[in-house]
Amino acid sequence: MQMLKKITKQQIFIPVAALLILAVFNLIADPSFYKITFGYNSAGNPVMTGNLITILDSGSELAILAIGMTLVTAACGGQDISVGAAVAISGSMLLRVLCGSNTRPETLQAPIIVAFLVSCVVAMFFGAFNGVLVAYFKIQPMVATLILFTAGRSIAAWINNNELPVISEPSFGYYGGYIPGIPIPTPFFIAVICIIVAVLLLKFTNLGLYTQAVGINESSSRLNGLNPAFIKFLTFVLLGLCVAVVGLIKVSRFSTINYSVIAKDIEMDAILAVALGGNALSGGKFNLAASILGAYVIQFLTTTLYKVKVQSDALPAYKAVVVILLVVMSAPIVRQWLAGLGKKLKKQVKEAV
Amino acid sequence: MKEKSVLEMRNIHKSFPGVKALQGVDFSLCEGEIHALMGENGAGKSTLIKVLTGVYEKDEGQIWLKGIDKAVAIRSPQDAQRLGISTVYQEITLCPNLSVAENMYIGRTKGLGQNWKKMNADANRILRSLDIPARADQQLSSCSIAIQQMVAIARAVDMDCKVLILDEPTSSLDEQEVAKLFGLMRDLKARGVGIIFVTHFLDQVYEVCDKITVLRDGKLVGEYEIKDLPRVQLVSKMLGKELDDMSEIRSESQVYHGKDADSVVLEAEGLQSDAGIKPFDFHIRKGEVNGFTGLLGSGRSECVRAIFGADRVIGGTVKKNGKTVKIAKPIDAMKNGIAYLPEDRKVDGIVGDLSVRENIILALQVLKGFFRPFSKAEANKFADEYIKLLEIKTASADTPIKSLSGGNQQKVILARWLLAHPEYLILDEPTRGIDVGTKIEIQKLVLKLASEGMSVTFISSETDEMLRTCSRLIVMRDRKVVGELSGDDLTQNKIMNTIAGGEENNADA
Repeated sequence: MQMLKKITKQQIFIPVAALLILAVFNLIADPSFYKITFGYNSAGNPVMTGNLITILDSGSELAILAIGMTLVTAACGGQDISVGAAVAISGSMLLRVLCGSNTRPETLQAPIIVAFLVSCVVAMFFGAFNGVLVAYFKIQPMVATLILFTAGRSIAAWINNNELPVISEPSFGYYGGYIPGIPIPTPFFIAVICIIVAVLLLKFTNLGLYTQAVGINESSSRLNGLNPAFIKFLTFVLLGLCVAVVGLIKVSRFSTINYSVIAKDIEMDAILAVALGGNALSGGKFNLAASILGAYVIQFLTTTLYKVKVQSDALPAYKAVVVILLVVMSAPIVRQWLAGLGKKLKKQVKEAV
Repeated sequence: MKEKSVLEMRNIHKSFPGVKALQGVDFSLCEGEIHALMGENGAGKSTLIKVLTGVYEKDEGQIWLKGIDKAVAIRSPQDAQRLGISTVYQEITLCPNLSVAENMYIGRTKGLGQNWKKMNADANRILRSLDIPARADQQLSSCSIAIQQMVAIARAVDMDCKVLILDEPTSSLDEQEVAKLFGLMRDLKARGVGIIFVTHFLDQVYEVCDKITVLRDGKLVGEYEIKDLPRVQLVSKMLGKELDDMSEIRSESQVYHGKDADSVVLEAEGLQSDAGIKPFDFHIRKGEVNGFTGLLGSGRSECVRAIFGADRVIGGTVKKNGKTVKIAKPIDAMKNGIAYLPEDRKVDGIVGDLSVRENIILALQVLKGFFRPFSKAEANKFADEYIKLLEIKTASADTPIKSLSGGNQQKVILARWLLAHPEYLILDEPTRGIDVGTKIEIQKLVLKLASEGMSVTFISSETDEMLRTCSRLIVMRDRKVVGELSGDDLTQNKIMNTIAGGEENNADA
């Protein structure tokens, strides 16, 4: 019993419990959900397919964004709602560098790594733009990022003169698809690298301590020699980096870009991942592992809904219902109530014995 | 119940995980009585108050109220309010951007409609009858803290309260404001309201209270008539031991006798910040304890904040050990070996959700740099060392600092700065709102640090505390340095005269 209490008190318990519920639901509803088949894709490479693989694949994009979003949330007590639009910008930039002036080049006009680095710089620049508004002009994060949220997709289209470049080079597709010979989707490996970098960053720098201190008490942080504005700014720049990585995965997946559809509504899922991880959206203490797990749970949920044949138009509504449930269950007041209920039940059982 | 009692709490028990906060405490309050609730930090005062106001649910015990012939159950602050129990906290819990009248009636109206004219008229009537110098349509934030507190009391009175709890209401007031508050309290007492007064100021207890209940370690020590309990006894009852003579602590301590005993550590000339103080000169020698004194709002804190770079410095030069340095922000000061324990612990000191350990290492960690975090083992070593050294009462180093009592929070902040091993330590009201025992500990610590060669600036609202620790006092009035006292001039009278400056009552800017 003591053990159970200790487990339920852990922050990561919330996303784990949500994951278990979803897993059990699928097991009962249709065990074939878990079926993984081996096959070959059109390029003749061995690939695994199945719902779990889809979750690993798409959830990884979300997990990468959740890393940056968690840091922004912790330091600023608010969220960046422009990440979807920023993904469009960085993806568009990536294609622009790869294609040069021709929209359908036979060969790549620049190495992929160069294009990626340029898109990183651009994404970090737009992160910095948000960061300046929030940290130095003290605009609420949601309001500040609303600007880029509104303008971002137009900027993305403008970068490529509103044309839709298409890359025919097959090696560009590795990042959002499969590397020949490896049957697991590449985005998962990219996410693992991002997570390792984030963990190292938290371990070997004071990023965690500083962001939390600033998020909890800005005034006191300043008097302890921190520069709260710069730390907030920094979190937005780091989120920009995450955005660039997701931009690469997204455009690589389709080898082209659709400005109005790419990474649509992904910001909401990223914010939900942070919330589902039990992190306070008002900032302060955070648990990165919980956020990342939260991202995969969100994707698990989306895939489950597709599986039970919810129409894609109706998807958000169903998702909302489940999300309400999850968030309400993780609210401190409900958890307290449940703990009380558990105690009562235990007492009654004891009396009955 | 006794005939005149308005409130009786009997055999109250309350435990938190690992702590028995209250163990069989009785408390009774009569009509028209001002009853002081005294005890050290962690004695159980706040817990008792929170049980009474429904913030915490008691584990055991009964609460009886006048006119109700069975024990009442108080499960929420709303329950308490309905039963006529109101609380005014140390921190103002009203809404500063609403008007005085709105604050008095917020949450009390039925339905959606609101007769604004009537509300303002009613509010004005109550304010006048209680002699509170505020207008109903004035924005609350334009009133002084004291008036805001009085408005909170007026709100309570208007809600027909029979039991009024004042939790440290005077800790941010100056003497005149305290006098006004006491006037109001006496007025309410005459109307038959029972008042529970929680404070750390012994003078105030003896000035205004009728009875004292003393708690210690969650247990009731006793209830006393004020005339039967001399001050020294009260203190020894709170501490549970005989107090060493408080005025003696200075002579006990050694004076620093290093080679560089007379060298000036820090020297400021014409220093001025954007917080509205007049330019001032300042210096402190090695191993010296000096202090800024003056009424609340006279600019004491602003001076030290300017030295530390906490406010924007707009003029003047600073020399550290003879060399000119530029201090524009706190980190500059920290790099020059200056530490600053701020006046407002909650707002500027603690980082509430972080653990005691993280709060202790914070300043040193920032000095060490972003890319060089302490290992877990190092951080634990520091935390354990200072928890032991300063006798910080905490369940573990992992406990969030916000769940500690005020005095222990203050010790954590002190630990944070001591760990940074500053040459010059600024303590702005380090003893505010903490118990007598800890106060003396801190004073002793200050003198000990000075004897080891640290320079300390000590600010306190309690003059006798400053007299005990400081060898030189800088006196401020109206945001200006008006004098400096040392040696034989360090007496209560001399300080008062210098603060007042011959003219009457103009220091309350």
